[in-house]
Amino acid sequence: MIQALSGQLLLGLINGSFYALLSLGLAVIFGLINVVNFAHGALYMVGAFAAWMGVTYLGVGYWWALLLAPAAVGVVGVVIERTMLRRLQGLDNVYGLLLTFGLTLIIEGLFHQAYGNSGQGYPVPEALQGGVRLPFMYLPIYRAWVVAVSIFVCTAAWFVIEKTKLGAYLRAGTENPRLLQAFGVNVPFMFTVTYGFGAALAGFAGVMAAPIYQVTPLMGSSLVIVVFAVVVIGGMGSIAGSIVTGIGIGLVEGFTKFLYPEASAVVVFVVMAVVLLVRPAGLFGREK
Amino acid sequence: MARISRLLSSALALALASPAVAAAPKVSDDVVKIGVLTDMSGYYADLAGPGSVLAARMAAEDFGGKVLGKPIEIISADHQNKADIASNTARKWFDEEKVDAIADLVSSSTAGAAMPVAAEKKRITLLSGPATTAFTGDKCTAYNVHYTYNNWALANGTGREVVRQGGDSWFFVTADYVFGKSLEEDTANVVKASGGKVLGAARHPSPGTTDFSSYLLQAQASGAKIIGMANAGGDTIACIKQAKEFGITPKQSLAGLLVFISDIHSLGLDIAKGMYLTTAFYWDLNDDTRKWSKRFFERHKKMPTMVQAGVYSAVTHYLQAIKAAGTDEADAVMAKMKATPVNDFFAKNTRIGPDGLHRHPMYLVRVKTPQESKYPWDYYQIVKTIPPEEAFPSVEAQKCPLVKK
Repeated sequence: MIQALSGQLLLGLINGSFYALLSLGLAVIFGLINVVNFAHGALYMVGAFAAWMGVTYLGVGYWWALLLAPAAVGVVGVVIERTMLRRLQGLDNVYGLLLTFGLTLIIEGLFHQAYGNSGQGYPVPEALQGGVRLPFMYLPIYRAWVVAVSIFVCTAAWFVIEKTKLGAYLRAGTENPRLLQAFGVNVPFMFTVTYGFGAALAGFAGVMAAPIYQVTPLMGSSLVIVVFAVVVIGGMGSIAGSIVTGIGIGLVEGFTKFLYPEASAVVVFVVMAVVLLVRPAGLFGREK
Repeated sequence: MARISRLLSSALALALASPAVAAAPKVSDDVVKIGVLTDMSGYYADLAGPGSVLAARMAAEDFGGKVLGKPIEIISADHQNKADIASNTARKWFDEEKVDAIADLVSSSTAGAAMPVAAEKKRITLLSGPATTAFTGDKCTAYNVHYTYNNWALANGTGREVVRQGGDSWFFVTADYVFGKSLEEDTANVVKASGGKVLGAARHPSPGTTDFSSYLLQAQASGAKIIGMANAGGDTIACIKQAKEFGITPKQSLAGLLVFISDIHSLGLDIAKGMYLTTAFYWDLNDDTRKWSKRFFERHKKMPTMVQAGVYSAVTHYLQAIKAAGTDEADAVMAKMKATPVNDFFAKNTRIGPDGLHRHPMYLVRVKTPQESKYPWDYYQIVKTIPPEEAFPSVEAQKCPLVKK
């Protein structure tokens, strides 16, 4: 009994670190440039495909992919921001949502056309193969690695945004872009970089996911809805909130899978509904 | 385009040249139209989808493009695995687009939605993709043929053989909808009847589950020798992959209850090797299957799954029945389809029963290891050919209300 529960909670923690990594990117983009980035799932998928293409066509292995794939996705993000999202600035953020939703359909459609939906296998890097037998379950080393890396990346991103001068500029840009511009800071450039960074984070999560899941065009769309719910629960735009909530929701799901597996897919939305009723701004959000 | 105009002109020439011929056979709306309703973009798109549409096109082309002097037209639509889209499309096709028969209907929820619409409009459904056994049992209609496989056949093929080889305790990982539950139930019955026992089941939402580790962990904790995967497509692929990752295999064995060659291709032999599965078709079975499959491969760049091969064979049998009946009127065509044996690369001298179930041999296969595989798509070793009367439930057992006792 305790064994099964500990196992499910540990798996929940692993899934939660994916949620945290993805919702962090969403929260950064929403919090700093006020775009509801529906393309986040597609960018995550592109990250995974970039890793797969790297190893298949160019012989680039996992470790390089961890660096190069997010960079490539970041560039895609910069292009999207420069050529499309920029034109929507000042409009209601429904427009941004619709644009990124459309982009998602196009990107997923293109990959589906080229690669089909059964998916491509991506090997677990040699150094991280195998597993550890814990008292209550067998833990693949790669999954432990995912948890460690995502906690590190999330903490680093939080630190940069909340505790450094660069982060202070970014936050000031959200509050009052004109005033910040008057101080000589290039605000449009900052926004581009922010979106690129958010996209790169999604791409990074994609590379992390590639060895675990099949790399398929649909891998992002099954995840993005949950991740949105995580961001809403944490409080739109709250960086720390999205990280903590991501991991928390993973644990709640794990607990549900222990109690009543059939409900595990809906429990996140139940939590979301309850949180919205009690604290409309989310657990960590501030009322405006 | 050239083909269509050639078709049209030849049909026209025929109509002008011999009015007697044109007037005698009755083809409604002067066209035989077959709609392939399938999953074009989702989780089952690779095992059915565009390949099923191509199979239907090939069947029409190989038939000469026309039947009883009227052109054969193949159209297709994406039902997105949603029951409401399937029934609405079926209704629109029958009412507005003069569709005579719908083929494939992969995913049981869509087949279950389209079949009653077809029966109400007296049009034919040729099921190849869906698996639910009840489609020729208590849900049977007078206008339906279940052509390629069903859950009962999968459960019997794989379930019985695995128990016979010593895998006598089972735990199921099941897709939480009509297909998965019915497959789990059918297999559990076979396991129990063969002397094995069922220790439990974990049901996962489908489609949409990406992480199967928690369900696999339950399967592991159950201590069952065999983990039966009562799911399909992307779900099965992810399950097999993650079972290996969590060190579940090879200590416990996986039994894929519905595994397609497209799944094996995607997983790679190194992960899938050694697994037993039951299939209605394998491209490398004999000269006839090889010949057809290679033609299919040239155009699709992938070898056909059993669903796609079944679509070709079913559409061909349907067209032959129209020709023999001298009309495309559904009652007459259904009677001919049931009266005439199927005879092609897919099945030799097999019959469609009064309940609409096509009873033909099934094949129990073992997935080869990378070393055993000598050429591309050389994936299966045939363990056993299961004869039709053993592979499928009898008419009596199906209890289709239409069949008079």
